[in-house]
Amino acid sequence: MMNKLIFGRYIPGNSLIHQMDPRAKLFASFYFIGIIFLANNWQTYLLLAAFTFFAIYLSKINLVFFVRGLKALIGLILFTVFLQVFFTNGGTIYWQWWIFRLTEYGVTNGIFIFCRFVLIIFMSTLLTLTTLPLELSDAIESLLKPLKALKLPVHEFSLMLSIALRYVPTLMDETEKIMNAQRARGVDFSEGNLIQKMKAIIPLLIPLFVSSFTRAIDLAYAMEARGYQGGDGRTKYRKLEWQLLDTITILVFVLLTALLILLRK
Amino acid sequence: MDIRFEQVDFTYQPNTPFEYRALFDINLAIKEGSFTALIGHTGSGKSTLLQHLNALLKPTKGTVSIGERVITPQTDNKNLKPIRKKVGIVFQFPESQLFEETVEKDIAFGPQNFGVSLEEAKQIAKDTLKLVGLDESYLERSPFDLSGGQMRRVAIAGVLAMQPEVLVLDEPTAGLDPQGRKEMMDMFWRLHKERGLTLVLVTHLMDDVADYADYVYALEKGRVVKEGTPSELFQDVDWLYEKQLGVPTATQFALKLQEKGMKFAQLPLTPQALADEIIRQRGEGDE
Repeated sequence: MMNKLIFGRYIPGNSLIHQMDPRAKLFASFYFIGIIFLANNWQTYLLLAAFTFFAIYLSKINLVFFVRGLKALIGLILFTVFLQVFFTNGGTIYWQWWIFRLTEYGVTNGIFIFCRFVLIIFMSTLLTLTTLPLELSDAIESLLKPLKALKLPVHEFSLMLSIALRYVPTLMDETEKIMNAQRARGVDFSEGNLIQKMKAIIPLLIPLFVSSFTRAIDLAYAMEARGYQGGDGRTKYRKLEWQLLDTITILVFVLLTALLILLRK
Repeated sequence: MDIRFEQVDFTYQPNTPFEYRALFDINLAIKEGSFTALIGHTGSGKSTLLQHLNALLKPTKGTVSIGERVITPQTDNKNLKPIRKKVGIVFQFPESQLFEETVEKDIAFGPQNFGVSLEEAKQIAKDTLKLVGLDESYLERSPFDLSGGQMRRVAIAGVLAMQPEVLVLDEPTAGLDPQGRKEMMDMFWRLHKERGLTLVLVTHLMDDVADYADYVYALEKGRVVKEGTPSELFQDVDWLYEKQLGVPTATQFALKLQEKGMKFAQLPLTPQALADEIIRQRGEGDE
């Protein structure tokens, strides 16, 4: 079950992308999603695609894993592309039937939407494949800091996030373990109709809830026993370091934006 | 029902960067009615191996024969239920698998999955609960209100209720107090002796191996590195210490005596054997 889940996993490595400051990576990923909407012709899409593949090349991770990450979302992508292709008006009409209409604009729009999806997914997969979950949560905390002025509980939020991320693998293992135990008692998770399958989930879900709550209580006690009282006055052990590489990346993104604006119609 | 492994390899998540090879060329046989122990370090592949015993995992190479059924890498996941009924597995900390509202329902869950009627399953639940040392008053209670040790018993009862021919135990006494530990092992021993249940025990406790097992497989880094009866295995003391597996308490004591000049033709494994040997040698000395 867990074998297919590539998106959201970390592949250890020592490439340039791995070494970047997680804040820079997180910011760059969101920024990329922003500027992808600037692209509106084939030159701009080509530029963005070249940029994405160059980033993947730099990460030294096999392209196969990115393509696999795409598989989970292929339904959504095709659905959107389908809507774009058959419900866009304008340009030469190639084919028409009932409410469906294949037009010149529709086809180009479809292709662009497809590229947009793929590039966004590739970029976010690149982020998670090259960044440790803990680094990511540090980066989020750091980027959210300005919100403290608005009285938002940034510390609590980031603590929640790092605990949640820390327990994803543990819960995955636990799920696997309970699933095996119930399979050994005759539960079939993959057979039967929808209702039977949903019923088979109960022996998995209830023990998982129980163990999560038990674990939360134990962890809370253990944290208090070690002197935790909340965010005020706490120091940080893991410090993020902004390097030349990160500045360069940001500059590259500025350059990319300028090029996009220049090339778009 | 015999279980036989022939040149079994197993790899987790093959062809991904997370690929991990857990078993290498495993050959072993668990004979009907035997008490087999699996020992080895954490991460030596014990848990992976035992999941092959009821086809929760399929070998990536080689074959596993479970009674009549032969499991190969090509075997599909259908119709494995009969195997799971015959081979019951009690996983580590089995209390985490409890989920029903009452103890009775939870124990009856397994049998019902294998087609036993509700009435019959309830009767089985009642009987098995007695077997694990809890009285009938527990039947209507919620499993989550019980103590850790009681939950463990209920979970084990849930597996016993399926009336398996082979029972696989993955450190069944981990985290129990000494009394509970002894009661539980005695219970398994009784089942083994009285009902001819085939037992497979995964353990770190060499005393349990010495007391109960009639054959031992030692695993290291996914390979079987030594096998034999406990008395054969525990003669090679240096090897066991080198592998950090240790020897039974009685054997340790005998080794101390050996340093002081006492001689043993064969190192005793249990306190009883040690006592007998000491009495015998003293007797000879007196004459």
